[in-house]
Amino acid sequence: MNLTLKVWRQNGPGDAGRMVTYQVTDVSPDMSFLEMLDVLNERLILEGDDPVAFDHDCREGICGMCGMVINGVAHGEQRATTTCQLHMRHFEDGATVTIEPWRAAPFPVIKDLVVDRGSFDRIIQAGGFVSVPAGSAPDAHSVPVKKENADAAFDAATCIGCGACVAACPNGSASLFTGAKITHLGLLPQGQPERDSRALAMVEQMDLEGFGGCTNTGECTAVCPKGISLDVIAQMNRDYLKAAK
Amino acid sequence: MNYTTGEPIRDTKAPAGPIEDRWDTRRFSAKLVNPANKRKLTVIVVGTGLAGGSAAATLGELGYKVKSFCYQDSPRRAHSIAAQGGINAAKNYRGDGDSIHRLFYDTVKGGDFRARESNVYRLAQVSVNIIDQAVAQGVPFAREYGGLLDTRSFGGAQVSRTFYARGQTGQQLLLGAYQALERQIAAGTVEMHTRHEMLDLVISGGRARGVIVRDLVTGEIETHLADAVVLATGGYGNVFFLSTNAKGCNTTAIWRAHRRGAYFGNPCYTQIHPTCIPVSGEYQSKLTLMSESLRNDGRVWVPVTAGDSRAPGDIPESDRDYYLERIYPAFGNLVPRDIASRAAKNVCDEGRGVGPGGLGVYLDFADAIARLGRDAVEKKYGNLFEMYERITGEDPYTRPMRIYPAVHYTMGGLWVDYDLQSTIPGLFVIGEANFSDHGANRLGASALMQGLADGYFVLPTTIGDYLAGGPFGEVGKADVDEALGQVTGKIGRLLSVGGTRTADSFHRELGKLMWDHCGMERTEEGLRKALERIPELREEFWNNVKVPGDEEGLNQALERAGRVADFFDLAELMCLDALHRTESCGGHFRAESQTEDGEALRDDDGFAYVAAWEYGQDGTPVLHKEELDYEYVKMTQRSYK
Ligand SMILES: Cc1cc2nc3c(=O)[nH]c(=O)nc-3n(C[C@H](O)[C@H](O)[C@H](O)COP(=O)(O)OP(=O)(O)OC[C@H]3O[C@@H](n4cnc5c(N)ncnc54)[C@H](O)[C@@H]3O)c2cc1C
Ligand code: SF4
Ligand code: FES
Repeated sequence: MNLTLKVWRQNGPGDAGRMVTYQVTDVSPDMSFLEMLDVLNERLILEGDDPVAFDHDCREGICGMCGMVINGVAHGEQRATTTCQLHMRHFEDGATVTIEPWRAAPFPVIKDLVVDRGSFDRIIQAGGFVSVPAGSAPDAHSVPVKKENADAAFDAATCIGCGACVAACPNGSASLFTGAKITHLGLLPQGQPERDSRALAMVEQMDLEGFGGCTNTGECTAVCPKGISLDVIAQMNRDYLKAAK
Repeated sequence: MNYTTGEPIRDTKAPAGPIEDRWDTRRFSAKLVNPANKRKLTVIVVGTGLAGGSAAATLGELGYKVKSFCYQDSPRRAHSIAAQGGINAAKNYRGDGDSIHRLFYDTVKGGDFRARESNVYRLAQVSVNIIDQAVAQGVPFAREYGGLLDTRSFGGAQVSRTFYARGQTGQQLLLGAYQALERQIAAGTVEMHTRHEMLDLVISGGRARGVIVRDLVTGEIETHLADAVVLATGGYGNVFFLSTNAKGCNTTAIWRAHRRGAYFGNPCYTQIHPTCIPVSGEYQSKLTLMSESLRNDGRVWVPVTAGDSRAPGDIPESDRDYYLERIYPAFGNLVPRDIASRAAKNVCDEGRGVGPGGLGVYLDFADAIARLGRDAVEKKYGNLFEMYERITGEDPYTRPMRIYPAVHYTMGGLWVDYDLQSTIPGLFVIGEANFSDHGANRLGASALMQGLADGYFVLPTTIGDYLAGGPFGEVGKADVDEALGQVTGKIGRLLSVGGTRTADSFHRELGKLMWDHCGMERTEEGLRKALERIPELREEFWNNVKVPGDEEGLNQALERAGRVADFFDLAELMCLDALHRTESCGGHFRAESQTEDGEALRDDDGFAYVAAWEYGQDGTPVLHKEELDYEYVKMTQRSYK
């Protein structure tokens, strides 16, 4: 198939950026979206142009490194999918596809489609962990965990930190990401001792980074490749309010 | 390519005495660093996967000053995140007869008697603590209704010792290590440098003293110095271009260290994973693994007759060959990876493969769905089925999956002693980047175990013994300048070629050459051909590659070209190693060395050694042999029949 791509090009953080149009031909339906961009980049290199910069690594939907806004939707229109797991069979021959980076103040653009998501790491630094030095852990069976809790904790823990939720939110809120970690650790006995301090510190850090507040729009969960549910935001709010008392 | 033979390696630093006591003995004999001095000692850890992340976090906690590096935008993205199946541990929670000794035995046997007994025993011992550590961190492993941890069995083992978190075990374990690391970053003990790539090692006074890195965002070349350097940079399977590894995985860090004197152990040992999604086209950028746990319930088959092109559902039972169950009745579909991979290759070579190009076999869940119900199958494997459907556009609930072997893991890596120290004093190597513990073949769920054993438990003890001799004083300016010169020289050269081919196109060609001649089956003829072709291709690369842009700012094409350049050199050493080892063992199958019924034929009299290659003066490799003694496990022909 043949496609017209409109790609956001931006040389660096200081550059204003603009959309540039490219034609790609001979796109196979079995290609992933990133492989389609690879083909474009190979051509750009040979033509002496600057290839389009984009982040990616695992190409299996698990590392959270890839991410772009495709036709206005973070990771594209197919639900619960990362960009690397989106395949060209979902596009029509002759279609025009627009490709842009995540846009949110706490995710400054580095180049083209690459943004800086260091703010996510700093939210985790604020308290998204259990303080347990290596070598001091009790036997794993000494604390049983209800299967329902373990499963629900797992569901929240599957967040890949891609940032699509932020990119989709009209307020640029990181509540889905932060709520997922607070919920994951809050559901397990191991997470209890630091539960209050964790909620306070992570929420505070989220604000410090400049992420907006959550107004329950639900755009985040709609684009989340791991299907993280809005419940985690409610859980975060409950934990925060309880701890703030 | 020629090589010479040097002095054998006689001392691996493993303590003598009964194997159960060796690790205790080593721990007791290791010198300690007093807490006030720890603050004065700096350790560089390159890599933030399971090995590097856990090591940096633990060293930080112990009070050392740690500098940590990774090429991704966050330590959480390291390739370890992709591991699906699970992690082994000798907990014997099932009471099915597992023990430290049995895990030790299975691992030595699974590695085809090419791993060191002392190391493997320690790995089995420490495995127990890993699970405790991960659970305490909040890693949400699968649990039974009674609240206890669930386990499953994995290829090559008959006990249920694999702990898992749905199909995302690596992700959850890595997030545990990542969170521990972020905690130390917040505490100020670890200084994190993301989007930084190590491009060379600084050696001064005969010791590893630092690294040269490129800030991938600004393009700046930086020098970082320390009292010791730890490499945890993962495997080099991407030398084959197509593999299940993340795109960025590379050999640069360990190859540069090799050029500076670290021996490279068993470079030819590559694990080919039997259950990957087959290649679908020329543009393909990577292959995707389907967890081996699928073989617990899925049945592998091909048509009995070559060229049978009917749809799988139209092929009656009598016309199907469940070849693993037929040839290996004791293990059936659960034979180890090397055996399953080769068997798939053989049936495809006979023309009985399925799917486009005939390079595929069926992994069929029809029986499991009939027996357990679709819901139960979905619960167990749902996310894997979804992934398969996404990539192939076929529904595995109604049509068997198509799978084919793919490059997955490299057992070779920098040679290390029992302390995980390379032949360069002060350079430690952990996780997939070192050669240790798996021998010629790795059992499933054992890489995660090794990475975390190294990072949480082994390295933090052994490196202390080395650091107790520090601080090591000033680093020579000339040594730093020399390394800097190497790095900037290489970048300058790449940018100035201005040829007509992209780095990726060379990488693809090199990868194809390696897969054809140094892949699942190797022959003397093929390896010689590859050894002739690689230097030609490398020459063409350096004369005709086209790298756009300049050294400033983010330049992903430049990053890639630098990695491909190192893959050429490594590829050559891999082929040389494969050529000199005229036996078959584990992931190294030399067609000239097989039993009458086509199984790998080892030559224990000739080859029961680790091949540790030194980068010789003029580039001629020097082979140092480390003889392997088996005191506790009797060497036997592996049989899964
Ligand atoms: C798809 C898949 C599934 C798997 N499933 C399992 C499983 O179920 N069980 C199991 O036991 N094993 C499994 N494995 C194997 C296992 O995941 C790996 O062997 C293991 O995770 C390697 O960990 P590591 O810490 O050594 O390296 P990695 O996780 O690869 O980390 C390497 C780190 O080094 C950094 N790095 C590399 N080069 C440089 C450089 N030059 N400069 C700076 N930083 C650098 C990277 O940024 C990264 O942080 C699987 C592997 C794959 C591919
Ligand atoms: S919550 Fe979902 S969208 Fe947001 S970072 Fe996590 S995985 Fe990505
Ligand atoms: S590249 Fe890892 S999630 Fe897409």
